[in-house]
Amino acid sequence: MTVLSLSNVSKSFGGIRALSDVSLSVPEGRIVGVIGPNGAGKTTLFNVITGAYRAASGEVVLGGETITQWPSWRIMRSGVARTFQNIRLFASMTVWEHLLVAQPRQNALWRNALPVSWADAEARTRAEDALTFFGLEQYRDVIARTLPYGIQRKVEMARALTAKPKLLLLDEPVAGMNAEEAADLRTLFRRLNERGLSILLIEHDMPFVMTLCHQLYVLDFGALIAEGTPDEVRTNPLVLDAYLGTEAA
Amino acid sequence: MMSTYYAGLFADIGILFLGAMSVYIILATGQLSLGNAGFMGIGAYVASFLTVEMHLPLTAALVASALVAAVIGVIVGFPALRLKGIYLAIATLGFGEVVRSFLLNFDRMGGAGGFHGMKHVSLEYIWTWAGLIFLLIVMLERSRLWLEMRAVHDDETAANLVGLNTTMTKVGAFGSGAAVAAISGGLFAHHYVYIEPGNFGFERSIDFVLAVILGGSTVGAGAAVGAALLVLLPEWLRFLADWRLAAFGVLLVLVLLTRRQGILDRPLLDKLRFRRARS
Repeated sequence: MTVLSLSNVSKSFGGIRALSDVSLSVPEGRIVGVIGPNGAGKTTLFNVITGAYRAASGEVVLGGETITQWPSWRIMRSGVARTFQNIRLFASMTVWEHLLVAQPRQNALWRNALPVSWADAEARTRAEDALTFFGLEQYRDVIARTLPYGIQRKVEMARALTAKPKLLLLDEPVAGMNAEEAADLRTLFRRLNERGLSILLIEHDMPFVMTLCHQLYVLDFGALIAEGTPDEVRTNPLVLDAYLGTEAA
Repeated sequence: MMSTYYAGLFADIGILFLGAMSVYIILATGQLSLGNAGFMGIGAYVASFLTVEMHLPLTAALVASALVAAVIGVIVGFPALRLKGIYLAIATLGFGEVVRSFLLNFDRMGGAGGFHGMKHVSLEYIWTWAGLIFLLIVMLERSRLWLEMRAVHDDETAANLVGLNTTMTKVGAFGSGAAVAAISGGLFAHHYVYIEPGNFGFERSIDFVLAVILGGSTVGAGAAVGAALLVLLPEWLRFLADWRLAAFGVLLVLVLLTRRQGILDRPLLDKLRFRRARS
């Protein structure tokens, strides 16, 4: 089963081809990584998947449905959640509020207008679970933006997960983190993956990507130049040339 | 028994409180409307027409006028809310002026001469409406829907990317704000029993915004505090005679310099609640 697939997706900005003919797929239950030098089009790829940009040509298919023309909110309500390269938390909200805001709405729409504390036990349970899973209990009622960077990243991930996604998109999740924090996150992603969540991630931290992903795609100047298991990619001469250079050899 | 003087002031506070809440609802999604007096005018004229000419009971007339304003709010909101910040503010200001000049030329309802024949309404009735809508807002503030509005307020792009339909949220808030402004207008008409287009000009819209900004724009109770101060302060400063409006202005600037978020905000409300719980 494929959760997400892109076929021949292209996107240009003026004369610059940010993505050309990109085809990739995320099989269910896998962790797939996209690597590539700065400016290779990785974030553009995420923006196309999430509907922030429209693909000029090609098709994006999510769980059997073509979503290429869908608005972002609809894509994100259909089983995709994402985190951002530069964390985007809501300035006025506490950690607890972040864990409620992205959850799927209750079917009876009017119930969403009632106080969460009496009308939405399910949402509260889900938020509590996320709080425990990420070890955020002590920050529950703190304005999330005032917390340390590493904690903010966790809040953002927790918010993404409360949306009950089938596919999680991570945009450089360990950027700016030390080795210990990164290892911590790796364990966390593995646990999520074991629960059946498929993950597509963009990352610069090579050891992190190599040890976490089942499968890798390599982007360079907007085009895919290689794909395969981390070992295959590591030894691919094209990749060594374009991206890894001599330091990873 | 309250003196007529204070009864009049309290009626003004109730009407302004409703107007301020109409701005507050829209502001909760990060949109500034400078045209809510337009919706107030629509409410005033529709409700007055319904009670005077159609002999409808006032409550029914108010509900109907709120619905009319909400529909107009949604229709105006769809194109207008593509604009952001100051551009939206100017567009809503334009809308308010359109309504005012329409009423000025609408001879069926008296045009520039105004409209009368409404029956005077009690202070209690005004405050029942203000209280009910305030309760509704206090309840909403604890809901998922309100969280979504705050998400749009804080970061519209991120809100979209966590699966929130931000256009619907903004248009919905705009329509609801319009409805509340209309109720304020209907009550105004039945309190003063005479209305003219000039009642619903730009200054009125500014008063609504001012009450919210002064009282606190992040909590519903701020609208009440702001409305009360806006009505009472100029009265209490009467001893300054000709200088009272200048003194009022200075006070306003001072409050905003020391508390940008307005007099009330969430931390302050929490603190007050704690103190009450302990004593």
